[in-house]
Amino acid sequence: MSDRGRAAADDVRRALAHAMATERLRIVATLIGTTGDWDLAEDAVADAAERALRTWPRDGVPDNPAAWLTTTARRRAIDVIRRAHNERAKLVDLAALEALTGAGEARATPVVDDRLRLVFTCCHPALSLEARVALTLKVVAGLSTAAVARAFLVPEATMGQRLLRAKNKIANAGIPYRVPTPAMLPERLDGVLAVVYLAFTEGYAATDDATAEEAIRLGRLLVELVPDSDEARGLLALMLLQHSRRDARLVEGELVSLEQQDRRRWDRAAIDEALDLGRIPGAAPGKYRLQAALAAVHATASRADDTDWPSIVTLYDELLRVVPSPVVALNRAIALGMGNGPQAGLAALDALAGDPRMTGYHLVPAARGHLLAQLGRSAEAVDSLDRAIELAPTERERRQLVRRRDELGDTGD
Amino acid sequence: MRYLMFVAMDPDRGEDDPEVDDIDDWVARHDASGARVIGDRLRPVEDATTVRRRGGKLLVTDGPFAESREWVVGFDVLDCADLDEAIEIASRHPMAASGRLELRPFWGDDDDAGDATA
Repeated sequence: MSDRGRAAADDVRRALAHAMATERLRIVATLIGTTGDWDLAEDAVADAAERALRTWPRDGVPDNPAAWLTTTARRRAIDVIRRAHNERAKLVDLAALEALTGAGEARATPVVDDRLRLVFTCCHPALSLEARVALTLKVVAGLSTAAVARAFLVPEATMGQRLLRAKNKIANAGIPYRVPTPAMLPERLDGVLAVVYLAFTEGYAATDDATAEEAIRLGRLLVELVPDSDEARGLLALMLLQHSRRDARLVEGELVSLEQQDRRRWDRAAIDEALDLGRIPGAAPGKYRLQAALAAVHATASRADDTDWPSIVTLYDELLRVVPSPVVALNRAIALGMGNGPQAGLAALDALAGDPRMTGYHLVPAARGHLLAQLGRSAEAVDSLDRAIELAPTERERRQLVRRRDELGDTGD
Repeated sequence: MRYLMFVAMDPDRGEDDPEVDDIDDWVARHDASGARVIGDRLRPVEDATTVRRRGGKLLVTDGPFAESREWVVGFDVLDCADLDEAIEIASRHPMAASGRLELRPFWGDDDDAGDATA
């Protein structure tokens, strides 16, 4: 093949990383499609990558590293099936072998991208939500089992078991390897978006940038694979905008509220990429599109004081129609307090405080404390913040609330 | 693939959904397509009999083997290409709206189930 001879270790690593980033998923998806064997597909790609690390330094980086990986992984899969076939004849394997050795080459442009089949199968609703997220991160994003385990804060062995169970269910329950029928597609696509967003928030909450970035890559993939879905675009924009604040939202391990973040530390490239993901004409805005629009209002205000609060209230009104959730209503009340003054915010807050779903939710008294403080009712504000501190679910949020309460205590009565 | 579809009452059932089929239509449609292999309603648990063999002795008792708030009132055996087809068929059964359906794949004759790839 290549006659350039030896290649430097750095060049090999870079070429391999690039080829894997662009081709790994395609190879895995196609091998699963032809063999139906998930482990075989993942192992064959891993084996091809190892082989590249061994042979490329000696023989040089091939002219087309991606094609080299595809061919090597397919040969590996054929070897494994042949060996297994000698041990115990299986018709399934014979069919797979035929597909791998023959038709695989001829089928240059499949009608449906195998990657899309793989995404829908990993996100099938017959799998538990946790299994869907774990499987998507492992098989679609290509994270190691150890990395997925870290994202879920469970031991690697536990995650290995969970992934195995999920793969077994796919085989045993007959979960298909295909894009759903048109009748099922909208619902299933929503499910896929939810899985990707959950992977992102999982990473975001744990301030695990690597997982959040994998989720963003998955978001880009969905935009590529389902180009006519405005919600896929909205989700990618939303994740990019949230991720753009990663360096500003956490300073020395402490959470910084949006108003107080140093906006120079926001990632402009991520914001620009998000703002370029405009709405598809004619598409009714869904929940991700609306949340992205909300985040975009903040992203385009150069100072917190310049925030366009009336637009934010209007967007929350629209979001409430799509997602009638009391948490959305709470955020709308806060925005109203910022735009129309704390009295208006308090009135809106009172209207939803009776909702039983909000009982024990720390952000309600936190918002109340914030609004009361603005009205100069410091003693009541401190009481509300005390209540919020009691209810705060994480130590980090508790410390943020304590700081705000202590600031009030210093300036108040 | 074959699935045994349990048809169960749901004690916390919601309102009926007009999108489902009438049961006679549902049976006729899926008998005609060949997806429904067999099915029937089941008599209530008062008419159930439980049979066990323990230490060489036959134990026959009145009633079901499990007390449950949800009880199985019928079953169908479905022969489908995959789970999505079975879900599609189940989703139009009248009891999808007023009860619950459980799809259990047949074990099949796969002799090396659970066998990991070398």
